[in-house]
Order: sequence, then structure tokens, then C-alpha cells
Amino acid sequence: MSDILVDINKMHFERGERVIYDDISLQVRKGGITAVMGPSGIGKTTLLKLIGGQLTPESGEVLFQDENIHQMSRKRLYDVRRKMSMLFQSGALFTNISVFDNVAFPLREHTGLSEEVIKTIVLLKLEAVGLRGAAQLMPSELSGGMARRAALARAIALDPELIMYDEPFAGQDPISMGVLVKLIKELNSALGLTSIVVTHDVTEVLTIADYAYIMADKRIIGAGTPDEIRSSSSELVQQFLRGNADGPVPFHFPAPSLETSFMGANK
Amino acid sequence: MNWLINLGASTLGKLSGLGNASLMLWGGLVAFPRLKNIPLIIQQIYVVGVQSLLIILVSGLFIGMVMALQGYTILVSYGAEGSLGPMVALTLLRELGPVVTGLLFAGRAGSALTAEIGLMKATEQLSSLEMMAVDPLRRIIAPRFWAGVISMPMLALIFSAVGILGGHLVGVDWLGVDSGSYWSIMQATVDWDKDVVNGVIKSFVFALVVVWVALYKGYSAIPTSEGISKATTETVVFSSLAILGLDFVLTALMFGIN
Repeated sequence: MSDILVDINKMHFERGERVIYDDISLQVRKGGITAVMGPSGIGKTTLLKLIGGQLTPESGEVLFQDENIHQMSRKRLYDVRRKMSMLFQSGALFTNISVFDNVAFPLREHTGLSEEVIKTIVLLKLEAVGLRGAAQLMPSELSGGMARRAALARAIALDPELIMYDEPFAGQDPISMGVLVKLIKELNSALGLTSIVVTHDVTEVLTIADYAYIMADKRIIGAGTPDEIRSSSSELVQQFLRGNADGPVPFHFPAPSLETSFMGANK
Repeated sequence: MNWLINLGASTLGKLSGLGNASLMLWGGLVAFPRLKNIPLIIQQIYVVGVQSLLIILVSGLFIGMVMALQGYTILVSYGAEGSLGPMVALTLLRELGPVVTGLLFAGRAGSALTAEIGLMKATEQLSSLEMMAVDPLRRIIAPRFWAGVISMPMLALIFSAVGILGGHLVGVDWLGVDSGSYWSIMQATVDWDKDVVNGVIKSFVFALVVVWVALYKGYSAIPTSEGISKATTETVVFSSLAILGLDFVLTALMFGIN
């Protein structure tokens, strides 16, 4: 078996009339943390949903352990999904059950373990994210950062091989952000996971990533190790790293010139 | 030319919506026999059925009372107030029980189902279920579907029963219709197959429609606040119209052709 866990080959994806991805290729190495960075609204979440088989590309293929996700039977897809898990931006905890039951949910659904064993596993997973004390709280009682950590505990409950983080740092205060960065790194090495982190928080993710892709304008505009990315000569990449307002990625949403718009309005 | 394009596009959109809704219904139906889902169904029967009891009881009681009052004032002028019992019972069992229960159920439980599922979608809970390799159709849709289909015929029967008691309260206890004739003429007139069973069949069909519309509207809602509010409104409007339209068709089939 190759050491590539997820292999995306010339994938083309459209939503309605709008092209989201134009023939992109991307590889995720086993055991590493792969960062996918890019401005908001270019469909980074969509990428994770494509890998998870929730969306189907127009053309191209997405391989998970050398198997094409989008050509599997529904049953096989559900089997494969047990090996992957996803941390949603909102956490997506089930609001009607406690944190404990949330983490226990995948275990109760997929394993025949006794409640005793499940309790032990859940408490260990919660301990790993530092929320053992919050086991009996309801999701509505958690802060944003805690909710994301609880969701992380749920995501690792079944010991997946791949974990996909959707904007794990968005809207977090500096302390929660630090905690999450540390957790992603530690869980990855301690559990032997493979991680994909989709984010626009460049500085944080480059400290932990083994390999990074930068996406903009429907394509991958840069790829490499964090050092290679930082020293990239591409203007696009540099604009993204420095956060310049204008550059190859324009400040203005495409529109006719101001003059035309005004003249048109006068008619 | 544009209107033709729009007509085509909206027809295609409606057809694909119907297709998606049918696929969802299929997923819900096929998912029934799992033993693991039984506790989920019971839990949902509590939510959609038991929690709708109060509104059904109160509405049934008042509709029965009003019908007895109205019926009495008309019947008494022909000296036929003894037929109040069958009038109340037949109207409730054949028509008002299933129809009003359906409408109330659409407003009380249907809208709640749509909003719940729509919000689960908006907060990515449905997506996260899928990613946990748990089929939301099995886990979320199917139990609610079956709970609705099981609860509503029962609610309709309870509605009719309470309505008949309400009719008794007004007709017999207040207006002085003879209690014996109220019950005995009712017993002689109401036919088990023709009236009771047909009413149950009607409410079963209405239940299918209401729950189907409610779940599909929630499942396909645009995950924003406007999207969910629109979906909830559509659930109530569509399922109410469907109930009234289907009621005519079913009545024609059951009682119209001899």
C-alpha cells in the first residue's frame, strides 16, 4: 500500500453554473498533517465533503486508500466513512444530548461495546481534549472553543485513520486557538492519525503542518512544506501569506467598471 | 419566449423535487424493520403524538359541542332531534375527525418536524451524521416518519370519540335530547367498515402526506433562517391543501360511487 492516504486526481467540481474546482490534484500523506489554505468562500469545506463522499465531482477521481470514493456502493462508502471523521466548523454537536452522549454516539451506533466500556472510552477521549469535567454539560452550555473540543473528542471516538478539520481556528480566542493547535498536533502523533486541516489562519497552521496547499481562484496556486511555502516566489502565495488587501487576488468582486455602472444607472 | 423557459425550468425543478422526496420516502420506508430504531420511534411517538394530545382533545370536544348545538337547532324544527347522535358521529368519523386532526397535526407536529430537521441541517448535524457513517434517513427521518404515521390515525380516533362525547354534553345534558336515542340510533346507523374503518384509512393517508411533506421540506430546506421559515410555512400550506384535496378524492372513492 502506498503512503498516500487521500489522492485527488484532476478533480473538476461545479456548483450550479459556478466552477468551484478546475482540475485540481492533491495528495495527503499518511501520518502527516496536510494543510489546505485559501481565502474564505472558495469552497474549502466543499473539498472535505468531496473527500467524504457527500458531494460528487463532475470529473476526476478521489481515492481513499487507493479506492475511488465516488464509485463505491453506498454500503462500502459507509464502511469507509468509519475510517474517516470530520470536525465541522460549528462542531455540529447534537444539541439534544449531553457532551458525554455526543461522544458516545458513534460508539453506540457502530460497536457492540457494553456501556461500561463505552463510558471508559468516552472519558478517555474527553480527557484527551481536556473536557472530562464537562461530560454532563449540554452543548448549549459550552463556549465555542469547548464545543469544538467536544466535537473533536467525538471525531476521534472510533479511532479513525483520517481526520478532517474544517476551519478549526475560525472565530477562536488566542487561548482556544493555541489549545486547538496543540491538540491537532498531539492527537496526530499520539494516535497515528492523518490530518487534513482546512483553514485561512496561515500562521497557526504552518507551525504544525507537514505539507501545505494554497488554493485560490479554483486552482492550487502553491504547494510545499511550510518552509517552501514561506519562501515561495509566487506573488499570489506571498499576497496570501502577508494578507495584502489587493494583488493577484483582487480586492474587488468582478464587476463592470465604475463608470459603466454609473452611466448605466443614469439611463 | 422567456416564460416558456421559466415554465420548463420550474416544471423540471418540481419534478426533481418530487423525485428527491420519493427517494427520501423510500429511504424512510426501507429503514423501518431495524430493531434498533424501535426506541427512537417510541420517543418520536411521544413527541409528535402524545404532545399533540391536548390540542386534539380540546378541539375535538369543542367541535363536537358546536356540531350538536348547530345540528339541534336545525333538526328540532323537523322534530328529528333524536338523530343528533348519528349526525354528530357520522360527521366526525367520516370527515371532521380525519380532516381536522390532519390540519391540526400539520400545524402542531408538521411544522415542528420541518423546523427541527431544517435546523439540524443548518447546524451541520445531518452532515456530521453522514460523516459518522450513520444514515440520517435511517436515524432521523425514518423514526419521525413512522411515529407520525402511527400516531395520527389514533389521534383522529380520539378526536372523534371526544367529539361524540362533546355532542352528548351539549345535545343530551344541556338541550335535553334523549340519551337513549342519542346512543341507540348512533349504534344502529354507524357502520364499522363504511364509517370507522374508512375514517381511519383517510387519516392514515393524511398522516403519510403530512409527515412526508414536513420531513422533505425540512430535509431540503435552504439552511438559513429565511430558508427554514419558508420551509415551515410551506409544510403547513402544502400539507393542508393536500389534505383537503385528498379528502375530496377519498370521499368520492369511499362514499360517492355506488
